[in-house]
Amino acid sequence: MSADPRTPDQFTVAGRPFTSRLLVGTGKYKDTDETARAIEASGAEIVTVAVRRTNIGQNAGEPNILDVLPPSRYTILPNTAGCYDVDSAVRTCRLARELLDGHNLVKLEVLGDEKTLFPDIVATLEAARILVKDGFDVMVYTNDDPIVAKRLEDVGCAAVMPLAAPIGSGLGIRNPLNILTIVENASVPILVDAGVGTASDAAVAMELGCDGVLMNTAIAAAKDPVLMASAMRKGIEAGREAFLAGRMQAKRFASASSPIEGTFF
Amino acid sequence: MQITVNGTPTTIPDDMSMTGLIEHLQLTGQRLAVEINRELVPRSRFDDHRLRADDSVEIIHAVGGG
Repeated sequence: MSADPRTPDQFTVAGRPFTSRLLVGTGKYKDTDETARAIEASGAEIVTVAVRRTNIGQNAGEPNILDVLPPSRYTILPNTAGCYDVDSAVRTCRLARELLDGHNLVKLEVLGDEKTLFPDIVATLEAARILVKDGFDVMVYTNDDPIVAKRLEDVGCAAVMPLAAPIGSGLGIRNPLNILTIVENASVPILVDAGVGTASDAAVAMELGCDGVLMNTAIAAAKDPVLMASAMRKGIEAGREAFLAGRMQAKRFASASSPIEGTFF
Repeated sequence: MQITVNGTPTTIPDDMSMTGLIEHLQLTGQRLAVEINRELVPRSRFDDHRLRADDSVEIIHAVGGG
């Protein structure tokens, strides 16, 4: 960690160094052109994708997301979105690794129900164990429970990613003290994943000491996604610098900034 | 013979290889991955892998997602 702006402030996941602490999803955009422009503006180096059935016999000419976001330029983070059990999450990761020529970094999420999209922690832990044993570097979506975060680290996850609020809700960080505890306990990167709504939410996550923030809807559902992507980039950078700078102690009462000495009235 | 591709019943010639199926579906050259009967089949085995009647084939690709 360095506060010197001349040295790069990197974070490392599974031995891979990154400069941008903003990770972005690629869903919910109007089209692939908007996706590409928003992701360019975000400065993100890691982008998530989902794994789905290929359309047979239709949309033959439709550009593939990996043509717009080439793996040669971006670190592709395939997710297990939509998986509600261990088996489908593990199968998804194995297919993704094959799809990406052996690239073994994955975002694991095993969901509990459709209303909350909260993680099924029991299934998440089991899937994480299987995937780690199978050689995957697992970045894992979880709730904001510090005990669970530690368990996921203990089973060998490369990064632990607690939610700020439900996926796609834009509610911001609902339990900053738990996020802080997770960060303080951790010896792997902690990234807030899901629930941020605007740039100040991203800044708060970084001020709490998170290593990064992963988001999708907050950018894609903004009126101007490209501008919001730029705002998020700045929010992340501002929050990170504020964390490194070390904020002043908050006080209940005032403390004058101008000297009392030398007043002539 | 009849197989299932991405959940859709599909008729293909007997003894077709996975590479043959990819050509048959006009997916040649696309970045994709395949499971047959819930088991991953690496691209390196597509030429040799013969499909059998009632196989369930999943052909997947990357899409936008968060």
